[in-house]
Amino acid sequence: MNQPVTAPMLNVERLNAWYGAAQILYDLSFSVGRGEVVALMGRNGAGKSTTMKSIMGLIAQRGGLVQFNDRDISRLQPFEIARLGLGFTPEDRRIFVDLTVEENLDIGRQPPRHFPDGAPAPVWTPQRLYALFPNLAEMPKRAGGSMSGGEQQMLTVARTLMGNPLLVLLDEPSEGVAPLIVEQMAQTIIELKKEGLSILLSEQNVHFARLVSDRVYMLEKGQLRWQGTMAELDANEDIQRAYLTV
Amino acid sequence: MTLNAFLFQALNGLSTASGLFLIAAGLSLIFGVSRIVNIAHGSLYMLGTYIAYTFATRIGGVTGFWGGIVATAIIVGIIGAAIEFVLLRRIYRAPELFQLLATFALVLVINDSALYLWGPEDLLGPRAPGLRDAIEVLGRRLPSYDLFLIFVGPAVLLVLHVVITKTRFGRLIRAATQDREMVGALGVNQAMLFTAVFALGSLLAGLGGALQIAREPANLATDLIAIGDAFVVVVVGGMGSISGAYLAAVLIAEVKALCIGLGVVDFGLMKINFTKFTLVAEFIVMAVVLIVRPYGLLGRPQGAVRSIAEAEEPIRPANVFVKALGIVVFAALLALPLFANYSPYLLVLGIDVLIAVLFAASLHFIMGPGGMHSFGHAAYFGLGAYGAALLVKWMAAPMGLALAFAPLAAFAGALLFGWFAVRLSGVYLAMLTLAFAQIIWAAVYQWEPITGGSNGVVGVWPPAPFNKATVYFLLALALTVPGVLLLRRLLFSPFGYAMRAGRDSPLRAEAIGIDVKRVHWLAFAIAGGICGIAGGLFAFAKGSISPETIHVGRSIDGLVMVLLGGLQTLTGPIVGASVFAVLQDTIMRSTVYWRALLGLVILFLVLIFPSGIVGTLVNLTRRIRLRRKAAT
Amino acid sequence: MSELDIRNLSKSFGGVKAVNDVSFTVKRGEFLAMIGPNGAGKSTCFNMINGQLAPDAGEIHFERRNIAGMKPRDIWRLGVGRTFQIAATFGSMTVLENVQMALISHGRELYTMWSKAAALHRGRALAILGQVGMAEAADRPTRELAYGDVKRVELAIALANDPALLLMDEPTAGMAPRERNELIKLVKALVVERGISVLFTEHSMDVVFAFADRIIVLARGRVIADGNAAAIRENAKVREVYFGTGKTFAGAPA
Repeated sequence: MNQPVTAPMLNVERLNAWYGAAQILYDLSFSVGRGEVVALMGRNGAGKSTTMKSIMGLIAQRGGLVQFNDRDISRLQPFEIARLGLGFTPEDRRIFVDLTVEENLDIGRQPPRHFPDGAPAPVWTPQRLYALFPNLAEMPKRAGGSMSGGEQQMLTVARTLMGNPLLVLLDEPSEGVAPLIVEQMAQTIIELKKEGLSILLSEQNVHFARLVSDRVYMLEKGQLRWQGTMAELDANEDIQRAYLTV
Repeated sequence: MTLNAFLFQALNGLSTASGLFLIAAGLSLIFGVSRIVNIAHGSLYMLGTYIAYTFATRIGGVTGFWGGIVATAIIVGIIGAAIEFVLLRRIYRAPELFQLLATFALVLVINDSALYLWGPEDLLGPRAPGLRDAIEVLGRRLPSYDLFLIFVGPAVLLVLHVVITKTRFGRLIRAATQDREMVGALGVNQAMLFTAVFALGSLLAGLGGALQIAREPANLATDLIAIGDAFVVVVVGGMGSISGAYLAAVLIAEVKALCIGLGVVDFGLMKINFTKFTLVAEFIVMAVVLIVRPYGLLGRPQGAVRSIAEAEEPIRPANVFVKALGIVVFAALLALPLFANYSPYLLVLGIDVLIAVLFAASLHFIMGPGGMHSFGHAAYFGLGAYGAALLVKWMAAPMGLALAFAPLAAFAGALLFGWFAVRLSGVYLAMLTLAFAQIIWAAVYQWEPITGGSNGVVGVWPPAPFNKATVYFLLALALTVPGVLLLRRLLFSPFGYAMRAGRDSPLRAEAIGIDVKRVHWLAFAIAGGICGIAGGLFAFAKGSISPETIHVGRSIDGLVMVLLGGLQTLTGPIVGASVFAVLQDTIMRSTVYWRALLGLVILFLVLIFPSGIVGTLVNLTRRIRLRRKAAT
Repeated sequence: MSELDIRNLSKSFGGVKAVNDVSFTVKRGEFLAMIGPNGAGKSTCFNMINGQLAPDAGEIHFERRNIAGMKPRDIWRLGVGRTFQIAATFGSMTVLENVQMALISHGRELYTMWSKAAALHRGRALAILGQVGMAEAADRPTRELAYGDVKRVELAIALANDPALLLMDEPTAGMAPRERNELIKLVKALVVERGISVLFTEHSMDVVFAFADRIIVLARGRVIADGNAAAIRENAKVREVYFGTGKTFAGAPA
């Protein structure tokens, strides 16, 4: 039923995570195929961000299997995971405020890489990213800290792309930015998909998710409650009401 | 003083500034990236001097001297990297202050290692081959080695500046300074980066130390002096600003040089000996700078640094078990004099422990619930002790009056210093409190006619019946227990809540009408007053008080006690102080290398109890309870 | 009659005019939304009204008194409550204690050193928590709460001194759509019930269009539009700088 149409790149099985003594995630299993945009949805506190951080190795207490291109990454450190081609943009952006736009991009720089089948992954340079995000092109010497929220949101995505990732974990790209910027983010995701990247998106805004996603996993209280294609979610108002409700 | 003499002193100051800068730059780099206040940085500097001395004397000649300096810098860099790799890496997730405790333990270990390897004597290195002569400057002879040193500082500054602004390594350092976790998530091996930064910082310290061999002897007291100086320089310059560190180093060295140059100046009405100010010059500079520019000369307000420490539990009244335990302990203490016949030493130790408990509890009050990390709590201990002792010496006051005056003197001092201190936060507050403590210390040390200078005040013995250890112990108990209970009661009062509110979220606190600075100021003064009682008790217990007993070491002891017990629990400081006082007492009696042993014990405890002794026990019981709940 | 009257307010940071000659009023009992692109000056405006920033020029009249440049704690005592974009609560206290803290401050008992804080104003604090639907979580530490609940606690704290005006900076940021609507519905009910005026910033257009009595649009530090939902929806300028095509929210402009 709800399986990726392509071979899964990211495969998560029975993922559990804790903060201190509190368990946040319970036996999550899901996958993201090559070239797919998959949305993790659910309200705040459902565990979307924790899921992303767990995949990225940023949560110390975690258990379960996380496979990336058939390799078990559940014991690796964040930098090792990033070097396998998994990009991460955090929900709170985490721009280096003292560094300029250029320097922020440079921190994310990694060598070009290939997909498992030998096809080259898209290679990103500052020039290409400036074309993708024209706002950033206007301010290469601007300090990250003096940019607006929307600009920072673009920079954090651009910074991740500098690592030439195969799959990007995009945590709430539409949160806290103006509708105009949200639209630009949607456009960007569509462009990235065209480039062949896979994206795991965490999102609460169903209007946004509708524009970009292929499939959806719905979380509540750290558990997987529903999964299906975006079209199925669109048609199912009960599910929307139960877990999102506009 | 002539203009020439003045300028000559200024040149001298510049060569001193280079050494200060080297050590401060390394400290600043390491703090920036790892957020560790590395107290052992001064020890690395000291090691630099000793190792370079060994090269210069064993191998000798140009190779031994100049080659030795380079080799020393590299060796110390490697030692720094090893320290990071073996020890600090395990405690990055521990609270900031806990890391400080670990590095302090290293200070102890390194100091005794140096004592073992090089002995207690001062060791003066040979003069620098090629730079043995002196040149005529402004009618005086300036050693050409000093001239060389003048250029070392700016040269290193330039190199560092280029590295930090122009290279990828520098960009990574700056990025990691803000958010090291994110740097890791972008594919940078941050563990390697940390080790590299530690190596670089340590290398600078080693270089700074090594360059001193032709000027000053290697000495076992260098470590704490150097770290004190480096702290001051970093804070005055502004945390994280390398250029600021150089500017501050020059400023401080020049002020000191000026004091020496001025010597005794006759103002007609009175003569002032400015050379006496050299001891406190840097601290006065720091206090002035921090009051005018709270983030140092070139520093910026520290952004919110991602905290990975565990948040604190709400405070709850003691449960039946803790109350019962408290009563049992109190009863046991009351009964202690009964055993005094078997071991008279027991009571002396008991008095020491009680004083330590009161000292630590008052420090914990502002450090834990108040969030004000004072590095200079010894000041209020000293004000209490000297307040009481001087009253006895000059007014022949009875003990009761003197003991009542002790907290008042300390309260007044804390009220004065606290007004400035609460305007700052974090490391800056820590350093300013340290500066105030240093000023108190220097005042006591220098003001010989009143305080007896380095000899201190003697003959402060309690009258009968308190001259018997048994009775004095009970007196100490009668002051310590209410003192601790009072602090505890305050924590549960609206005032204590307001203090915690100001710590948890100053923004929210101000937005609901709390004058956070005022609340913290009063809390600071109250803690100072309570600490003064401990000081007064100490003076009468020992019969004397000297500047040595209120030096930086005592402030650090207080920190160790509080952290050892655990910052986040109310019983922590009591346990921490008791453990520390007993350890210190017993270890000191067992070996010459007691510092190293104490250091190792602290390291051991830090690694085993990452949240302090009591904190770890609390966490453990909570986890067991949760697991039981999960099982049912 | 207006509760809050802002006249020609300006503030610059390093030569950039963050807020440029802004004037508007909030009437008693009004639920007023301030929207605009990131960096338009909304938070700066808030911080001046709340006292965290002193304006370079202009006046802020609250109940006929110029409060420009006063300290946050003094403005609070006049009856202006505030919630923050990133919820600020006292993490080491329970939910109940957070509200008690505000009540203690309101009762001017901050320097009381003997009585036990946990026993003060319990009933009143529980009642306020009941109003925001958090009474059951009264004894839990705030730091354990889900973010949406923390926002409710913050609201309870802000309500503790019976404010006449509530300033809410992105009250629903970081919340799921359903929580968003619930929280705003709750605030709106309180506004009606207690006659409080509310000024809030918000990026969720669904919330703004559904609940706000009036909307002010800020862009580059200036007010570019001021009117009811229908008028703002139709405003071409607002669309250009802020809404875009509106595909990403439900109450999209036609």
